[in-house]
Amino acid sequence: MRLSRPARAVLAALTGIILAVIYLPLIVVLINSFSTSTNLTWPPPGLTLEWWVKAFRNEGALNAIATSVQIAIVATLVSLVLGTLISLALQRFAFFGRDAVSLLVILPIALPGIITGIALNNAFRTILGIQLSIATVIIAHATFCIVTVFNNVIARLRRVGMNFEEASADLGAGLWTTFRLVTFPQLRSALFAGGLLAFALSFDEIIVTTFTAGSSVKTLPIWILDNLFRPNQAPIVNVIAVVLVLVSIVPIYVAQRLAGAEKVTR
Amino acid sequence: MLQPESGGPVPAPRDTGARRISVFLSRHPRLRLSLLLSAPLFWLGLVYIVALAALLITALWTVDTFTGTITQTWTLDNIVTVLTGSLYQTVTLRTLGVAVVVTVVDVLVALPIAFYMAKVASTRWQRVLVIAVLMPLWASYLVKAYAWRSVLSSDGIVDWLVAPFGGQTPGYGLPATVITLAYLWLPYVILPIYAGLERVPDSLLEASGDLGGRTGSTLRLVVLPMIWPAIIAGSIFSFSLTLGDYITVNIVGGANQMLGNLVYTNVGAANNLPLAAAIALIPIVIIFGYLAAVRRTGALDNL
Repeated sequence: MRLSRPARAVLAALTGIILAVIYLPLIVVLINSFSTSTNLTWPPPGLTLEWWVKAFRNEGALNAIATSVQIAIVATLVSLVLGTLISLALQRFAFFGRDAVSLLVILPIALPGIITGIALNNAFRTILGIQLSIATVIIAHATFCIVTVFNNVIARLRRVGMNFEEASADLGAGLWTTFRLVTFPQLRSALFAGGLLAFALSFDEIIVTTFTAGSSVKTLPIWILDNLFRPNQAPIVNVIAVVLVLVSIVPIYVAQRLAGAEKVTR
Repeated sequence: MLQPESGGPVPAPRDTGARRISVFLSRHPRLRLSLLLSAPLFWLGLVYIVALAALLITALWTVDTFTGTITQTWTLDNIVTVLTGSLYQTVTLRTLGVAVVVTVVDVLVALPIAFYMAKVASTRWQRVLVIAVLMPLWASYLVKAYAWRSVLSSDGIVDWLVAPFGGQTPGYGLPATVITLAYLWLPYVILPIYAGLERVPDSLLEASGDLGGRTGSTLRLVVLPMIWPAIIAGSIFSFSLTLGDYITVNIVGGANQMLGNLVYTNVGAANNLPLAAAIALIPIVIIFGYLAAVRRTGALDNL
């Protein structure tokens, strides 16, 4: 099949239109972050830098970002370890209950967040009798982040096969040496991509967080929910969203470069 | 040339403790497997399955209307209420309908852009497009939902754009909910379909063309069967994320309620965890049904 010129043009146009729709609300957010109107009327009556100055001085927002980053980092680390272990087990071994284990991994993301949220809330408070805190949020987030790491790592393991590992073992390397020098380098970019998605998932999660955070922990989404409907805070929320999107380009670009570099050398 | 040490071309490894553990583990794959699995299964089993089971058991208990505490007497009342109450039936059908429409819209939108990214764009553009699709994921869910509220409002940009042509914004309601949810989950649907298309070798498409297959039949007979699992994988995201959502419908849905809202009110304002757990059974059953139906396509390996 070779696509004709008109077919390519139609596809390119469709892609352009879809991207335009994807970016329309984001551009509205960007413009509204400079708007003098506090309730986001369109078109903006005037432009100002007031919200940008205020956002960088807003302690509530900055603290919430710090809390969210903290939670996302720890949850990502936990899910990286657990996700790698489980994908090694499922890819390298055939055993009874293998399907059940793979279902178990995707369940926390496949079931609605509100169910995960109330189930964990109920378990923490009434069964285990522990106070909701930043630790309970991390436990909850790590649980549904495992799947993103798992997907990336198991796809990579399937592709690279076991030849290099067997060669390494035949040459006398122990299990740990083989993992450190052979398996891990092969997994590195998959771990980065999976970890990045896990971080993004945790950083933006609101539903499960609502039920596992208690009242003292303010993550960024919770702070946004608290402030979105306040007229003088909504433009500040827009500023923060714009900054997040811009900052996110860096890790996405790095992940792309890592994946791209491997494609060339393969 | 290097002279091998005594004993052969590879020097014999030193006999250390770590070495002995390594050798022992190599000879006992079952032990290796259980070491690999113990931590994740402990985590998922203890944190998740126990919590989920406890919640479902709660559905069989009741709340003392006087004290507001949960009484542990076994009853099917909550389940019966949910199965027979007309409110629950209406809301279930509405939620299911929204989830199906959102999923269909997302797949239809994702297919052309994913195809362009994987098969038409140059390597350089491919990279740019992947970044362009991934970037909106980082703008907060709430900010995007709220942006749609402002875009669709009566003094928003949609009204401003279509008013000269005599159109008007759909306003808040189910259409706005569908638009916003489809928008929110779109990257999650594009990515697996794009990855699936990347795995279709170009040589297959050329072979089909050389054998006389037209573009349409190549897409239908070669490409579609190969990316079907990826499409299903993407649909699991949009379908299950929609099924549990209650925040978007609050922001742009007007007075409409979805299953998530019913669960939320019963946990919060109504303080009736057993009834909330019974309502939660509906999406759980639907999701399990869906997962069971798609299991044989191999989609679960493609998430």
